[in-house]
Amino acid sequence: MTIQLHAHARAFPIGATILQVDDVSLRFGGVRALTGVSFDVREHEVRAIIGPNGAGKSSMLNVINGVYQPQEGTLTFRGNKLDGMTPRRAAHMGISRTFQNIALFKGMTVLDNIMAGRNLRMHASFLEVAFRLPRATREEAENRDVVEEIIEFLEIEHIRKTPVGRLPYGLQKRVELGRALAAEPSILLLDEPMAGMNIEEKQDMCRYVLDVNDHYGTTVVLIEHDMGVVMDISDRVVVLDYGKKIGDGSPEEVRANQEVIDAYLGVAH
Amino acid sequence: MGGFQFFLEVLIGGLLSGVMYSLVALGFVLIYKASGVFNFAQGAMVFFAAVTFVGIMELGLPFWAALLVTIGVMVLLGMATERFVLRPLVNQHEITLLMATIGLTFVIEGVAQLVWGVGVRRLDLGIKDVPLPWLADNTGIFISQLDIFAAAVAGFLVATLALLFAKTDTGRALRAVADDHAAALSIGIPLKRIWALVWAIAGIVALVAGMLWGARSGVQFALVFVALKALPVLIIGGFTSVPGVIVAGLIVGASEKLAEVYIGPSVGGGIESWFPYVLAILFLLIRPEGLFGEKIIRRV
Repeated sequence: MTIQLHAHARAFPIGATILQVDDVSLRFGGVRALTGVSFDVREHEVRAIIGPNGAGKSSMLNVINGVYQPQEGTLTFRGNKLDGMTPRRAAHMGISRTFQNIALFKGMTVLDNIMAGRNLRMHASFLEVAFRLPRATREEAENRDVVEEIIEFLEIEHIRKTPVGRLPYGLQKRVELGRALAAEPSILLLDEPMAGMNIEEKQDMCRYVLDVNDHYGTTVVLIEHDMGVVMDISDRVVVLDYGKKIGDGSPEEVRANQEVIDAYLGVAH
Repeated sequence: MGGFQFFLEVLIGGLLSGVMYSLVALGFVLIYKASGVFNFAQGAMVFFAAVTFVGIMELGLPFWAALLVTIGVMVLLGMATERFVLRPLVNQHEITLLMATIGLTFVIEGVAQLVWGVGVRRLDLGIKDVPLPWLADNTGIFISQLDIFAAAVAGFLVATLALLFAKTDTGRALRAVADDHAAALSIGIPLKRIWALVWAIAGIVALVAGMLWGARSGVQFALVFVALKALPVLIIGGFTSVPGVIVAGLIVGASEKLAEVYIGPSVGGGIESWFPYVLAILFLLIRPEGLFGEKIIRRV
């Protein structure tokens, strides 16, 4: 599978560092999930974190998102050092995410799921909503417009009113992407967006990720263990193995890195 | 003619009390939906609310002031329960949470009786428990004014909450929290505030239920058993469905009264108190998720 990466000039050229990860170490009891990992993410780029199973990719994402607090190391977002991140703070700062095992609101419709993604953009109080005061109706309409645009963008108009629990896996993944986009994030964290998909679904998802990056200029940090996919769509790649960084650079550089090849193919001892 | 009139009278009476069952069951559904806790203490909260309200009125406060104070007390009780009983138990097994609320039941019942005593108190809402004269004169159907009033109040509250759940972004956040905590957190929904809100609402629902039942049968310890009436409603309607408990409440109310009147005499009477449970068992056999409950789908 080959996907033409940014064939035309980018609407949002890659900018300055937006997120800096410095010397992050994370332990669970005696298990070292991450050891001294550092890398940077630049504005508007697609940054991949790859590595074999158990390399610490998801842990890294969970540190950025505030689910885990690292014992050592710092995160710097737009020049501000972050202490005591929580998922809620991350959401407030414009960091959205998807989950490896889809975490959608299964009983709710596609529309409601994506609307829920905009909850931080709604400011009208409950009473204003209840009495349909101007601010509440205007806000609802504005939010609805944004959400409809996302729905159109992801080509899920036909399932707008379907409860997501009934949708096939590939579509659920797309709805989850939509919910993350609804917050108009500055950084989008994708935890194995192509896991468990067939070739066709993977190609679709790749296209959406690139389109998001192109169209909205959203910075994307994505995790994958399928190297092929990642190389095609990423600007730069971090490679983790056993919780340590073993490679960092453009897809070509990483592909040529002997340590990376060993980690993926195994090495004779 | 007389037979049909009588049937209508029983049916309407049953539906009216059904609205009250819906109200009590709604307290359970709100909390269960948002936090996965089956709040065994709901009945105790009904008793606590009613006895607190009457107690405060006896201290000399006028009706509305007493109502406001009691709402405040119930909101605080609900939020305190969330903060000190359930939050430390987050992510524990469902049965652990249930046990915690059973413990809470005894604490609430004990405190209520400690503070306000154990006597039966009268609660006068200013509406007499006599047939509505207009209806009786024109149609010959005898329906208690108090029943109609209670059903109207309960119906209004149930409808408001159903709308809140279905139509507002707060409601959307509530449903989101109910479905997936981690995902709700990741999109910035304030989990703790939502839980506090749900418990506060459950407290207010308990107060309204306590006042309406208390006005009819006196404010006394037996109010805690009102919650038992909500169980078949929950099973029939589905534990997670607001529309479900509304319909199920009406079904339970109407069917128990009709069964009492039409089947009762042939089996020696007194079936009103257990008929709903028979209905609930039938539902468990035929449709375990309830009328509107979410189908349990497991994907591997």
